[in-house]
Amino acid sequence: MTGVPVVDEKPEPKGNAPLGGDNASTARLGDRLFGGAATASGVIVIAMVTLIATFLIVQAVPALLDNQENFLTSRAWNPGGDQPGFGILEFLWTTVVAGAIAMLIAVPFGVAVALFLTQYAPVWMRGPAAALVDLLAAVPSIVYGLWGLITFAPFFRPIQGWIESTFGWFPLLAQTGITGGTILFIAVVLSIMVVPIVTALSREIFAQTPLAHKEGALALGATHWEMIRTTVLPFGRPGVISASMLALGRALGETIAVTFLVSSLPNGAAWTWSLFNGGETFASKIANNAAEFSNPSRTGAYIAAALVLFVLTFVVNSIARIVIERRKAFSE
Amino acid sequence: MSTLTREGRAAGESRAQPRSGDRLSDQHDQQPPDEGATPPGGRPDDAALEEMGNPHHGRAVKDAAARVVMWGAFGAVIVPLVWILYTVVSHGVNLLLSSTWWTNNQRNINSGDTGGGARHAIEGTLMMAGVTAVIAVPIGILTAVYLVEYGRGPLARAISFTVDILSGIPSIVAALFVYAVWVTTFGIERSGFAAALSLVLLMIPVIVRSTEAMLLLVPNELREAAYALGVPKWVTVVKVVLRTAFSGIVTGVLLGLARIMGETAPLLILAPYTKNFQRDLLHGNFPTLPMMINQDRGDIGFATAAERMWGAALTLILLVLLLNVIGRVIARAGSAKT
Amino acid sequence: MSATRTTVRSAFGVLALSGALLLSSCASENNTPGGSADNASQAGSTGNTGNTGNTDCFSGNLKAEGSSAQKNAIDEAISVFQTKCADATIDYNPSGSGSGIKQFIAKQVDFAGSDSALKTVAVDGLVEADDAAKACGSPAWNLPMVTGPIAVAYNVAGVDKLVLNAEVTAQIFDGRITTWNDPAIAKLNAGVKLPATPIKVYFRSDDSGTTENFTKYLKSAAPDAWSYETGKKWTGKGEGKEKSAGVATAVKGQDGGITYVELSYARQNRLQMAQIDTGSGPVVLNAESVGKTVATAKPTGSGNDLALKIDYATQESGAYPIILVTYEVVCSTYADPAQGAKVKAFLTTFASDAVQGQLEELGYAPLPTAVASKVQTAVKAIS
Repeated sequence: MTGVPVVDEKPEPKGNAPLGGDNASTARLGDRLFGGAATASGVIVIAMVTLIATFLIVQAVPALLDNQENFLTSRAWNPGGDQPGFGILEFLWTTVVAGAIAMLIAVPFGVAVALFLTQYAPVWMRGPAAALVDLLAAVPSIVYGLWGLITFAPFFRPIQGWIESTFGWFPLLAQTGITGGTILFIAVVLSIMVVPIVTALSREIFAQTPLAHKEGALALGATHWEMIRTTVLPFGRPGVISASMLALGRALGETIAVTFLVSSLPNGAAWTWSLFNGGETFASKIANNAAEFSNPSRTGAYIAAALVLFVLTFVVNSIARIVIERRKAFSE
Repeated sequence: MSTLTREGRAAGESRAQPRSGDRLSDQHDQQPPDEGATPPGGRPDDAALEEMGNPHHGRAVKDAAARVVMWGAFGAVIVPLVWILYTVVSHGVNLLLSSTWWTNNQRNINSGDTGGGARHAIEGTLMMAGVTAVIAVPIGILTAVYLVEYGRGPLARAISFTVDILSGIPSIVAALFVYAVWVTTFGIERSGFAAALSLVLLMIPVIVRSTEAMLLLVPNELREAAYALGVPKWVTVVKVVLRTAFSGIVTGVLLGLARIMGETAPLLILAPYTKNFQRDLLHGNFPTLPMMINQDRGDIGFATAAERMWGAALTLILLVLLLNVIGRVIARAGSAKT
Repeated sequence: MSATRTTVRSAFGVLALSGALLLSSCASENNTPGGSADNASQAGSTGNTGNTGNTDCFSGNLKAEGSSAQKNAIDEAISVFQTKCADATIDYNPSGSGSGIKQFIAKQVDFAGSDSALKTVAVDGLVEADDAAKACGSPAWNLPMVTGPIAVAYNVAGVDKLVLNAEVTAQIFDGRITTWNDPAIAKLNAGVKLPATPIKVYFRSDDSGTTENFTKYLKSAAPDAWSYETGKKWTGKGEGKEKSAGVATAVKGQDGGITYVELSYARQNRLQMAQIDTGSGPVVLNAESVGKTVATAKPTGSGNDLALKIDYATQESGAYPIILVTYEVVCSTYADPAQGAKVKAFLTTFASDAVQGQLEELGYAPLPTAVASKVQTAVKAIS
């Protein structure tokens, strides 16, 4: 569920050199078998990833070569046929913007709740409230999709109407005629989905702020908030960043909830910057059209889109990883 | 014992620190600002203070504002989350109270009919999760063992890198990959097992990372003591390292299971739903709770189907919750050692 | 040390618990059908075609996939069949016509449900009929099994009765008529007070046989107003929602919404349905008006490979023109005779007069008698 190894917070035991690798190994049969099994497992993982990458590329390349449109900048999506032409701009825009807005909402709230749970909440409240948040981090995304579709959508519609009529002059909030699964609506549901993840991970890290730092700040005359600002937040910042990146990865790749909620656009719909426009994300487009994968050139187009999503998620995860590594390097 | 402390802190959460910090700060807040101290550069006169706003006053206001913001944020977040839980429970709990829900399947129950149960889907979800775990757990744990105990150099770096890539694969892509291999290339029929294979791809990175974290917490003294006694390396790893980290590893596995049990996209592509009992993972359609939800969502206009859908959603949440509680109990037991 | 042991023990306890859960689920193995037994032709009775037919029970599993338009109909047939044959298990996966044909060609399912007959012309370089024949090792047959009307469902506050014709419908779904009080709509609805609410068109975002049949209707009944190609993918305007349930839910929640959806979904969601003026007065969507159109449908195809050609531009008085026919796509000869026997046994029940008669209350129309008997003959010829 979390994915961020808690150990990263810790000084590594004795400078992290458990007996210099294979030096401790002997030539005993058991050692060779066990070491072999461990190595084999690692190799299996490499093989799997290589296979997946090969599969994605082999299927995507022929379709990309036949593509009559620019894959990255076109908004048309007409795979298959004699003149296949498809581009991912619309999916890229929807996916990235929905993910980004979800983060803009989820990270401040998630961090604030984590601070609340570790620094502000009355002691009796911390356990139950934290357990509730953890439970919600484990609720399957399909449930968020159902709630968004059936319960939340009717509630959100008048809010959207009010924003459109009040701030419609602003291009990002202009009315587009889409009333159901707008980018903003999807972003809000995604943010509700990932807030518990951000909170759960941030809470673990905030709780580990060294007491000496906090007491030091207080001893210097800091108020409670100043203490948090000068000790807890800096200590937890890398953790919060990596938690946010993991949550962003979840939001970008979310399939079923978005498929339930999304309003797709007809072919040739005019481009608009508005967040109240519809539009499929990568994952929902693929899931919604999996039935269409009837021949290689058509399938290849969707696989190429999947490849982009794959790269996007990988970049986000890598950033999280780098942040964690850097923090490791700086701490202690 | 020092590791155990560390592990306990890692698995559970140490409540002692924030609590004492809180108390300190509360005391502090009540202290009047020290009027006697002279800051460097001398004290500003009253007019200057007036001009820049009373700094003492401003700090207190900020502090109070922060307090209000935190409470407000907690309220704002908890409202939709409780709303979700309320929606699911209020719509779905009635079905769960009937005994047939836990004993029957949906055979011959059409969308507009009432009755039947979700046992087929509950069993299917647990079986699929079990098979996924049986494949993913050994590979994941052994890979982590390699990374921590054996691997140095390029191979270890390559494995670590590919695990990162694997953790970035969206579930729908994993499903397409398995479909291409399983159905398109080998022509084998879609089944619960095929779906489990795609779930394996999603579960392995979770297990590798959590196990790796736990193994790194095992102190070298334990390994060195074992080696000093002449214990072979593999026995050391199995009996000392893995055993010490056991509760942490189990927690990671259960959390990984909770994560994959709610996955729907791979099932859509690889394991079509059936309303019957199905204990054959290799042949035929396969019932699972997410697919049951998805199926009944298609007929949501029927009150009966809608109720079933919420019932299945609540059941799925309860199953996931059960696994989380088990994980927490193990973590608690682990931290109790300190 | 003892603390460590406690942990290990409790952890094992948990593992044992979860193991027990799995074990208990496997324990009742003997009261379920599993695997596929080949005693399909065991049933002795010869049966008569008047009731649900000669139910040749089989034990084992039959898999089908495809059109979601016929889901409720085939669910009913499956219930009837399974009630008689306790050892039989039939699964229908309503993932869409395209998916059904794809899985049929990939030999993943025993037969497919499709809202249009297999294409005999190349699409993307592939000919569905040829591929299906290759997968079967024998020609694949289309058997029309269920006909169902497509409702033009709307939600406009205060408007309980709405008349549209093909021209206006096409203009609405093409985004050229944008408000409900447009003169073109008002002209057809004299005496109805139409609000100025903007029209919200919802379409199916997935590939759908419903879309294909609806656009075929627009194209043939209003060729001037609907200039797009017909097909499974929507080419008009509007806002896309996933599957029939998605569009129906969307219209239900949106004042001014309109969509095309199978009658059963419109009924489930209690949506208003427009009457269609075919040129000889407005026609209400009901069993009788649908039956009239179905009765005029011309059977085409050769031998046992049947297809129904619907005259969407029909002007017959009282005939509701927007209809889709769902086919079961089967192999004429199955490579495994036992499999063929199973398909035959189930489709015999599905095509029987008794089951067809029950479909009406689910929002479908029974096959015209002439067609039904041809289908029954064709089903008998499956081997």
